[in-house]
Amino acid sequence: MASDPERILLAHGGGGRLSSQLISERILPKFRNDVLSELGDSARLMLQSGAICFTTDSYVVKPLFFKGGDIGKLAVCGTVNDLAVAGSKPIALSLALIIEEGFEMELLERILQSISETAQRNAVSIVTGDTKTVERGSADGIFINTAGIGVRLPNVELGTGKIEVGDKILINGTMGDHGMAILSQREGMSFESPLESDCAGLAELTCALLENVPGIRFLRDPTRGGLAATLNEIVEGCGLSAEIAEREIPVKPAVQAAADMLGFDVLNTANEGKFVAVVSSDAARECLEICRDHPLGRDAKAIGEIVETRDVPLVELTTRIGGRRVVQMPYGRELPRIC
Amino acid sequence: MLDRIVKAQRTIDDACKKLGRQVTIMEICGTHTVSIFRNGIRSILPDGLKLLSGPGCPVCVTDQGYIDVVMQLADRSDCLIATYGDMIRVPGSNGSLETRASKGNVKIVLSSEDALQLARANPDRIVVFIAVGFETTAPASAVVVKEAASEGVENFCILSGHKLVLPAMRALLGGMNDRVDAFLCPGHVSVIIGSGAFAEIVDDFHRPCVVAGFEPVQIVEALAEICRQLSAGTAEVKSVYGAVVTEKGNAAARKIIAECFETVDGYWRGLGKIGKSTLALREEYSQFDAFRRFGVKDEPGKDLSGCRCGEVLCGLIEPMECPLFGNRCTPRKPVGPCMVSSEGTCAAWFKYGRRT
Repeated sequence: MASDPERILLAHGGGGRLSSQLISERILPKFRNDVLSELGDSARLMLQSGAICFTTDSYVVKPLFFKGGDIGKLAVCGTVNDLAVAGSKPIALSLALIIEEGFEMELLERILQSISETAQRNAVSIVTGDTKTVERGSADGIFINTAGIGVRLPNVELGTGKIEVGDKILINGTMGDHGMAILSQREGMSFESPLESDCAGLAELTCALLENVPGIRFLRDPTRGGLAATLNEIVEGCGLSAEIAEREIPVKPAVQAAADMLGFDVLNTANEGKFVAVVSSDAARECLEICRDHPLGRDAKAIGEIVETRDVPLVELTTRIGGRRVVQMPYGRELPRIC
Repeated sequence: MLDRIVKAQRTIDDACKKLGRQVTIMEICGTHTVSIFRNGIRSILPDGLKLLSGPGCPVCVTDQGYIDVVMQLADRSDCLIATYGDMIRVPGSNGSLETRASKGNVKIVLSSEDALQLARANPDRIVVFIAVGFETTAPASAVVVKEAASEGVENFCILSGHKLVLPAMRALLGGMNDRVDAFLCPGHVSVIIGSGAFAEIVDDFHRPCVVAGFEPVQIVEALAEICRQLSAGTAEVKSVYGAVVTEKGNAAARKIIAECFETVDGYWRGLGKIGKSTLALREEYSQFDAFRRFGVKDEPGKDLSGCRCGEVLCGLIEPMECPLFGNRCTPRKPVGPCMVSSEGTCAAWFKYGRRT
């Protein structure tokens, strides 16, 4: 006879015996490291340099499991990527879980396993954490917050202020994969989809670029709002304009088809394993070579360049048919179309 | 593909030069509007060719009176509104469906089947499906009404605001905006009604009608075909949508529309009352008709103050000419429906067209 699955109880977050059991039996074994094992009130870290980057992000993705990833993998990669594009090497993460009463223990185990594997793959340690439980209905399964510390790479200064006319704009692969994968797997979307999120940690690749190529001016991960939002942030930051070519922007055919069907613009759609790099024109070729030698940069492309601003800073796109249009900052959540 | 574009461009340029006057072509499909913007098609056309967006976005053409009935039903505790996503942010006289969604009275669905499923899953609520759209979405509404009738799903009904394309084209040419020289005809609608349906526009008004799909190359080729006809002084129905659109269309889809609906006079935003332009459920399906069930009427509404969506829909003004555009009315805080719908003319201008 199948027994009822083991579930999270409110008491698992109550600070008592159940809490400590959850932590010592389910969580700690997944993240063994010296700092965490101390179980102090704070993690004590020794860093090679005083110049650090520090970031935090919360993860509330729905569904919790999707093709190409899950909320745990996302929670590690997202924070790793924020550190990576700031020009640092990620070292340590915190992990805070807010779990809804009744959440299946087996799902929690799968998420923790995914966090552990992703952290290992990205060479970061989970050094401190917290677990809270809330009443049924007060959260949607599980929410995760991670904060991260990275050591800044020596001699790397990134910023929109460094960007100059003639700089090239590079991306490390196809656009829109994560956003369309999530949308197509949302409850209620009743079509089978081969779409897979691109969720991945970028630090290894960004560190390889920053350590080997001078002339990298700016990096950012085009997550919510996609490429369109990131490029608009760049032109607003530097006061210059950007010209990109649709022909050069790699998009998977299945992603394009889903976006067309649902009425979305791939340029506005989220990515979770991509960066946009603005680099000096002499550095572009070497950057592309390094990217293409890395599994996360096989489809890297130069998609355009930075140009003078005529009236206001703009992102302009040359379309496949040779037309031109402005790429606007996306306006919040797009809605599926009706016909 | 670029060869075809260049060839079509040449035809357009030659025709416009020969005509020596402004040529105005109207598209009457929201998906065309978006494709024209997204592909920067205007930027490769000569100055003398003007593209206008007509009443082709289902959300936009829906009259304020209908929207207000939707809000009225959304405020009832016994109703659960099932709507396509585009409708949710359309402002009514008193808030939008989005403001009601927080009470759990509104659900976004992706198909009429999902709406019927919602009714099966919520037997204690009356699910009202907001059935808007042209001939493209009407068959799907008809199918679920028949399904509900044969299964006896008593807590399901639809609020039919379905509209027909041809009466709107006739209304425009009959006085609202006779500056339109030709129509780029909608691909999806033509799949149902057949390209032959536009013959009446050609015969009665002598305007070229060319059906196109949504790929930029098809749109540009359709514009070239229109320009060729105009410069030759002819008007014909043509389709460049290949095998997808036939002359006769989809007879099965039209049959199910005719079985469930009758054409009645209806109100359109901007165009006002148009005779025999709207689909209402037939008497035998009255129990699935939300208008009859709740005793509400489809009456003309009062447009929101200052909003010029009506004139935009008729191609009388361009979005930039509306004083609300881009300041009081943006996609984040839309005043009129043309800014709400992803296929609305104002939203498309805002997203792809503005330079500042």
